[in-house]
Amino acid sequence: MFDGYLLSVLVWLPIIGGIIVLFSPEKRVARPLALVVSVLTLLLSLFLWTGFNAEGYAMQFVELAPWIEPFKINYHLGVDGISMPLILLNTFTTVLIVVAGWEVIQKKPGHYMAAFLIMEGIINGVFAAQDAMLFYVFFEAMLIPMFIVIGVWGGDNRVYATMKFFLYTFFGSVFMLISLIYMYSQGGSFAIADLHELKLGMTPQILIFLSFLIAFGVKVPMWPVHTWLPDAHVQAPTGGSVVLAAIMLKIGGYGFLRFSLPMVPDAAQELAWLVIFMSLVAVVYIGFIALVQTDMKKLVAYSSIAHMGFVTLGFFLIYPIVANNGGDTNGSALAIQGGMVQMVSHGFISGAMFLSIGVLYDRMHTREISAYGGVVNRMPIFGAFFILFAMANTGLPGTSGFVGEFMVILASFKANFWIAFLAATTLIVGAAYTLWLVKRVILGDIANENVGALNDLNRREFFMMAVLAIAVIVLGLWPDPLTHVMSDTIDHIIQQATTSKLLLP
Amino acid sequence: MSGYLSEIAPAYPEIFLLVATCVVLLVDLFVNDENRLVTYIIAQLSLAMTAWMVYSGTDSSTVITTFNDMFVADPMARVLKISVLLITMAVFAYSRPYLKDRNMFKGELFTLGLFATLGMMVMISAKTMLLVYLGLELLSLSLYAMVAFRRDNGVASEAAMKYFVLGAIASGMLLYGMSIIYGLSGSLNLQTIATNLAAQDSIMNNIGLLLGLSFILVGLGFKLGVVPFHMWIPDVYHGAPTAITMFLGAAPKIAVFAMVLRLLVEALGGMSDGWQQILILLAALSLFVGNVIAIAQTNLKRMLAYSTISHMGFVAMGILAANEAGYAASMFYIITYAIISMGGFAVIIFLSSRKSEADELTDLKGLSSRHPWVAFMMLLFLFSMAGVPPTVGFYAKLSVIQAVVGADLVWLAVFAVVMSVIGAFYYLRAIKIMYFDEAETSIAPSQASFEFGALLSINGLAVLALGILPGGLMTICVSSIQVIF
Repeated sequence: MFDGYLLSVLVWLPIIGGIIVLFSPEKRVARPLALVVSVLTLLLSLFLWTGFNAEGYAMQFVELAPWIEPFKINYHLGVDGISMPLILLNTFTTVLIVVAGWEVIQKKPGHYMAAFLIMEGIINGVFAAQDAMLFYVFFEAMLIPMFIVIGVWGGDNRVYATMKFFLYTFFGSVFMLISLIYMYSQGGSFAIADLHELKLGMTPQILIFLSFLIAFGVKVPMWPVHTWLPDAHVQAPTGGSVVLAAIMLKIGGYGFLRFSLPMVPDAAQELAWLVIFMSLVAVVYIGFIALVQTDMKKLVAYSSIAHMGFVTLGFFLIYPIVANNGGDTNGSALAIQGGMVQMVSHGFISGAMFLSIGVLYDRMHTREISAYGGVVNRMPIFGAFFILFAMANTGLPGTSGFVGEFMVILASFKANFWIAFLAATTLIVGAAYTLWLVKRVILGDIANENVGALNDLNRREFFMMAVLAIAVIVLGLWPDPLTHVMSDTIDHIIQQATTSKLLLP
Repeated sequence: MSGYLSEIAPAYPEIFLLVATCVVLLVDLFVNDENRLVTYIIAQLSLAMTAWMVYSGTDSSTVITTFNDMFVADPMARVLKISVLLITMAVFAYSRPYLKDRNMFKGELFTLGLFATLGMMVMISAKTMLLVYLGLELLSLSLYAMVAFRRDNGVASEAAMKYFVLGAIASGMLLYGMSIIYGLSGSLNLQTIATNLAAQDSIMNNIGLLLGLSFILVGLGFKLGVVPFHMWIPDVYHGAPTAITMFLGAAPKIAVFAMVLRLLVEALGGMSDGWQQILILLAALSLFVGNVIAIAQTNLKRMLAYSTISHMGFVAMGILAANEAGYAASMFYIITYAIISMGGFAVIIFLSSRKSEADELTDLKGLSSRHPWVAFMMLLFLFSMAGVPPTVGFYAKLSVIQAVVGADLVWLAVFAVVMSVIGAFYYLRAIKIMYFDEAETSIAPSQASFEFGALLSINGLAVLALGILPGGLMTICVSSIQVIF
């Protein structure tokens, strides 16, 4: 179906649908229409999965048309093994967001849904773009709806949070723009595939690598440029938090795989220690910070940073692994696959955690941990779901959280014992802050009369929770389909990332 | 006889506009205030007719000179003239309700506006320094008078005074520079100057030429409004009636761009090493001062004035790249900037009423709940000024930065984008005020007409449409620059 332009449909259907939703009458038409558009997009995106050929690393579903001819910028879309799952994750999450905001959003629900639909289309564009400038346009355009979502539907301190969010990410990405233009001036093309081939000297490579590191590091976010995330998460409405955690952070990780590693491999090798160091700080230090949070959303936000530390750790572990194996790339695929699985799984888990907190917030209108206690007595079904997601967050075997972390830790043993040791501390710290959260919020006696008055999940909420629970468990028990579609692409990326393309003077 | 007439054919649009302006002047004598609309309509029709004549007059790839090589019609002139004419038409249409409310809907204003337009067209097509100056003065004198049009208003008179004094100094500088260059090159014709200078050796060590170049740069800097010659911009933008500010901030910039290109590139292209250095300084300072000081502004018009300064820094960046890509980028930038800035001021006009000018940032409060569509248009304009895709402002910045990187000035590109991030802050603040702050209940809804709303919508959607498909306009700019340089 839609042979030859499925990706365009996935990009533009939500955007156009979102614009129609924006102008339709509030609630009665807008909400069902938004649901229809998001479900339709999800269903269409399944064709990506069914039509995808996991053999080989070539781009699939390719579309190519000239866009800005004087600069040879093309409207060039395509997916491979790493972008296809992320598009599915995006379309899947958007349906949940529409459902989650169904009754909860009272202020202009139509506009709220429209913003998320438009964002869905733009993010699909980010993952599908095969032209660096097209990628950049989507990458930046995404900020506008998010800026408005946090600013209009956010909490008390929303203006501060949304300004910080916008300026941080905007600041990060402008350096990437310069790098892309520099590479264009050297190679005369913005096509990502051409940039992969472009030979560059060491100094330009280092500078380009650093600019990508700022752009994607802010997005991931990596320590020490993570400070916008807790603010944005706490102030954002539930849907905003879910998109931020489940999708937007992944764009940073995706950027490392698509841009940093293949485009400037020599600099990446040279500076891998830096990224590994930053990732380990995120894993260990941010984990401890999560421990002392009193706000549930902040706690999950910090836990997101720690988990995303695993992703970047996995991506850059390939260099020490290859060095230890004497140039052999065997075993390094495990690290990147671990990072990718961790990204998808974190998309489910963090989305689920934020939705759970949203469920509580809608009833109690507070996110303070101290205001809760013994929720399970009044909300047993919710309690069960919450504990499942919390377990997944700690990386319990059988849940998706386990697979990614385990693969990365396993790979890190091949690199260096101490890296593995530090990475593995997350199993303790992560368990500590998550289980302590569960203990304080869910378990125990009913803490106060507000908690005593809680009602359990309604049908809509049960549906969201159940879908996510299934996803978490399925991916945990049977990750093979996911790793299968990715493996050839990842092998190719490793081969690119470990082949020097230094321009000799 | 017919041979002589066909000789001046390239200048037909200008001649027609001159005649039409005189007709407007005459007709206006015979209509009373109730029927002033007649003057307005004739003025609009003459502009439209002129634009059509420019469009159909020359084909898009040839360079024709006339009047003894004083006047040139080339593709760049054609594109810029059409932009100037269309923008002037839009400005007239935008300002009608504003002028009516303030009892400024007079024939003189349109006559002045038409003369200013004629001046711009002459500037764009000038092939000798004399004609450049002639066009510039025709433009400037009309603008001084337009700024002073509300003569019973202290702020406006002060602005006009400042504008006049500083503008006159700038013109003087420019003229002085021109006279030096004339003395040392022996010609007023831009082409001949270039060939004569090329024949001299080591022109970069000729103190006289450098002095002439510096004076010309000072004059151009004033007219373009780049730091440190920017002092008049905030005061004039703020003091002038909003409708006039809108005119001032849009069309003349395009003409000044043409003047910069004609003088620096066409005549003094051989001295590009010299003006490149100075322009780097001017551009960097403009970006810094414009963006940083705009943060401190509470008045929307002043904020947009400082934002203009920073945008002119970008335009200067494109020119200083000193290659075709750079000139084309600046051309694209200046045309799109005129469209964007016009929209920004149109929203201020939209908000204003008989009682208030509504030019404070706080007047934007709650605009999204009062007039969601207008707020969305303003959002597009502001994001475009900030350079966020998918609005056209991004591609303007992209093409300029690309030219600068291509000229091996990566550090300047980095500086420019860092400054744009600083700039993004105050655009975002304006958006924040529109979208996130609660409206004050006392504000009466705007009384803007359907016509005004439609024009604003077209303007805003053009910013978005050019942002999604910038290729067409960019190709026009690139090809028209390629033909002449």
